[in-house]
Amino acid sequence: MAEGVASEPRILPGLSALNRPYWTGGAEGRLMIARCGACGFYLHPPMPACRRCGSDDVGPQAVSGRGRIASFTINHQAWMPGMRVPFVFVAVELEEQAGLHVFSNVEGCAPEAVAAGMAVEVFFRAAEDVHLPFFRPVAP
Amino acid sequence: MILPERKVCISGAGQSEVARPSSRDALALTVDACRGAIAAAGLTPGDIDGLATYPGLIANGDGMSPVGATETMIALGLSPTWVGASTEGHAHMGAIFNAIQAIASGLCRHVLVFRTVAQATARAQVHHAGIIGGAQATTARSWGGMAWQMPYGAVSAAPLFALYAQAYFARYGATSRQLGAIAVNSRRMAALNPNAIYRDPITIEDYLAARMISDPLRIYDCDTHIDGSTAILLSHVDCAADLPRPPILIEAMGMAIGGFGAGLHEGDFTRLPADRAGEMLWSRTELTPADLDFAQIYDGFSILTLLWLEALAICGRGEAAAFVEGGARIALDGVLPLNTGGGQLSAGRFHGYGHLFEACAQLWGEAGARQLADPQVGVVSNGGFGYGALLLRR
Ligand SMILES: [Zn+2]
Repeated sequence: MAEGVASEPRILPGLSALNRPYWTGGAEGRLMIARCGACGFYLHPPMPACRRCGSDDVGPQAVSGRGRIASFTINHQAWMPGMRVPFVFVAVELEEQAGLHVFSNVEGCAPEAVAAGMAVEVFFRAAEDVHLPFFRPVAP
Repeated sequence: MILPERKVCISGAGQSEVARPSSRDALALTVDACRGAIAAAGLTPGDIDGLATYPGLIANGDGMSPVGATETMIALGLSPTWVGASTEGHAHMGAIFNAIQAIASGLCRHVLVFRTVAQATARAQVHHAGIIGGAQATTARSWGGMAWQMPYGAVSAAPLFALYAQAYFARYGATSRQLGAIAVNSRRMAALNPNAIYRDPITIEDYLAARMISDPLRIYDCDTHIDGSTAILLSHVDCAADLPRPPILIEAMGMAIGGFGAGLHEGDFTRLPADRAGEMLWSRTELTPADLDFAQIYDGFSILTLLWLEALAICGRGEAAAFVEGGARIALDGVLPLNTGGGQLSAGRFHGYGHLFEACAQLWGEAGARQLADPQVGVVSNGGFGYGALLLRR
């Protein structure tokens, strides 16, 4: 693997009122997921209203940052000049709700050690004005 | 009530040269394809009163959709009453569905639908793998549905669909040898299609030895960017008696949107919202998957073909990998010939319109060395983000 952080250079997300808590909550070490105040349903990507109960009382709430790998791929192709490969692209199912997925990279172990169902926890890495959520294996 | 699709037939089809890249302008390729479709239907530009395309002009140089409806209208001298184009909706086949509705509602009688790509030209200009469209690497921020994956190196759709392949393998015990049968089949078919890009056969061993892109997707699991244009002419069935070719009837259509590509909110990576398109399709006909003489199934990535085979109830859940393994069932002489023109994996990324063009060629008996023996019924499916399917018959 090339020196530096896998999957860089990055295309950073544009920030909006809705997605800002998710992409910047890491500044306080918190993973912020939109949640319905009326029925408790989590909504990611964040939405302005709850599609389950219809309530408008939806806002960001800190979650545990723990989850399991729902699926993963070891990506070998450099999609941009200088992109550091391989990297592991994952869908993490957060422990708060079945089907509550976030995309990320898993670091902190060999790519070959990543497996579906692996328990992971969030960590953050700052880039310009965002704090991107990443995941690493939970120590057994 | 008569289903709207039963009021519409395919009266003509045309395709330009296909190259990576082409020396010709994308608008010239579009004109070639459209003139081909109009001529195939025995019509003239003056007969065309509707024009549709997917997704419509995207003038950013990435080749994804370099030609729009307006310039095509001017280039061909058309005066359409009705025009439709949208990136929203059921992706590639959305333009076809819109055209069907325009004809069935009486707005127009002959709708020309085209899809033009110049991604090979765009790619050649930037000399790297690039993002979906082969565009210039950008330092700009990402927006929309892709913004949830782009910051993590998933700048292409390949890592996203690799998640589906990995999850499907894990759930059902499917293997690379099984998935690879899709790519091997495509090359074998493309060898018989003079307009295909990759015509040299590969073996399953070649496939297994190939470069990994996003595990378990190898280079042969990913379709190939091209320059080219396809046009399909849809007409009211009342016109059928005047057509030089037998009308291709639209027995049923099925459509759906949703899933991870649209917003990360649906599914477990082992199935697609295409399931709903399949359910809709078969709910509108007395025919069943057993009646199919061929299938032209979307293969932007090979895993999509497996998932679509299950969405269309051609295979049971988790059974598509075993169905295609070894390739015998999906060969020209198999129980269900699959992607007989080489699909997007070998013939090029026409974004589904190549599949529809090939279905027409087969039903008209014009598929040359790969012609099936008198096929009567076939299915075409498009899409990996929005989903559409057509059941066609002679
Ligand atoms: Zn709610």
